[in-house]
Amino acid sequence: MNLNIKYFGMLTEVTQCQEETFLFSQSTVADLLIALFNKYPLLEERDFQVAQRQTLVSKDAIISDVEIALLPPFAGG
Amino acid sequence: MSRYSRHIILSEIGQEGQDKLTQAKVLVIGAGGLGCPILQYLAAAGIGTLGIVDFDIVEESNLQRQILFGISTLGKNKALAAKERLEDLNPTISITAYPERLTVKNAVSLFNKYDIIVDGTDNFTTRYLINDASLITNKPLVYGAIYKFEGQVSVFNYQNGPSYRCIFPTPPKAGSVANCSEVGVLGVLPGIIGSMQANEVLKLILGLGNVLSGKLLCYNALTAESISLTVNKSETEVNKVLNQKDTFQDSHEEFNCDINLNELSIIEALQKENVQYIDVRETHEQPKVDIINPILIPLSELELKLDKIDHEKEKIIFCQSGIRSKKAVALLQKNKINNCYSLKEGAIAIIEHYNKN
Repeated sequence: MNLNIKYFGMLTEVTQCQEETFLFSQSTVADLLIALFNKYPLLEERDFQVAQRQTLVSKDAIISDVEIALLPPFAGG
Repeated sequence: MSRYSRHIILSEIGQEGQDKLTQAKVLVIGAGGLGCPILQYLAAAGIGTLGIVDFDIVEESNLQRQILFGISTLGKNKALAAKERLEDLNPTISITAYPERLTVKNAVSLFNKYDIIVDGTDNFTTRYLINDASLITNKPLVYGAIYKFEGQVSVFNYQNGPSYRCIFPTPPKAGSVANCSEVGVLGVLPGIIGSMQANEVLKLILGLGNVLSGKLLCYNALTAESISLTVNKSETEVNKVLNQKDTFQDSHEEFNCDINLNELSIIEALQKENVQYIDVRETHEQPKVDIINPILIPLSELELKLDKIDHEKEKIIFCQSGIRSKKAVALLQKNKINNCYSLKEGAIAIIEHYNKN
């Protein structure tokens, strides 16, 4: 399935884009992360959470929707 | 009273709502980019009791976004300077300035004096401390954070809702996420995010609209887009915090994830006694600063030479400009060596100080 992945904050500095279409044929969020780390090795050093259909989900969640977002914590104030 | 007439003529607020604002007690932690607009709108709205926590002083580079300050307050403590400005804006409310750091020791007793806590800080150490102390004291927490052109807003610990740890269970690795002073920030962004936080505070007090609980709002100033992500409560994460309620004040080991908290200026450094200075520059780098009698361990060799670190003394680490020394502090902390500080602006600051004096 073609996922639409949105990147936030400092993650866009790794991916060099805020949004992309990503072909994904496996099952869980953890599988997706492996595929993304493969494409962007530096992503593995970043802290972030994954949202699917605009809801934050755990690593073992099954990918069932094309709308994915990767969200890092922000320190600034 | 004409001051609040535009509130009172709103049928959703009225005199009754304005009285609620007068009776409310709100504690704002951090009087910086976020804290300034939060405090300005809360004071203007007539929040009866406002507390301001900030240990930092006003610097010229703050004036690009920290709108309560000006030339006349450069060098002053931010909590005190903000209080002075806000008392001019609204002398009818009571404002207490706490010109000190929020710590595990003072957080719980401070939070107990207020109804709502607002996070306007700039580091993870304090953010996690605020979250946990809010949970322990059962206070709603209005959260905001920014990075360059983006911001996040949410309300945590509201009516049994999720907390910050339900999104990000543990602090990121030391130094892995930069703050505004390191990467820059669009000046108006904290104005937008801080105003959203002030709005959530007013909604909480007035019981209006839908409080941003269970949602994390993400705003992008460049696209003018925002998305609202659903956050589910993690009972496990919340209980982990609540279970350490009785030992909270002794748990400061855990709160040590920001190396920027361990930065000192040369003036602050020279006030310390019983200090070991460590020069982490490569051996060929000039100028040498023998005047403070440092030991020389290049950053590349630091982890192999930990035995040279004096555990009985406070350690002040410097490099050429203050960047490698932060890495050194993170590395020493990782190796469980405490009381380490990075010297701001490094050897340059030392030389300049001694040339001036």
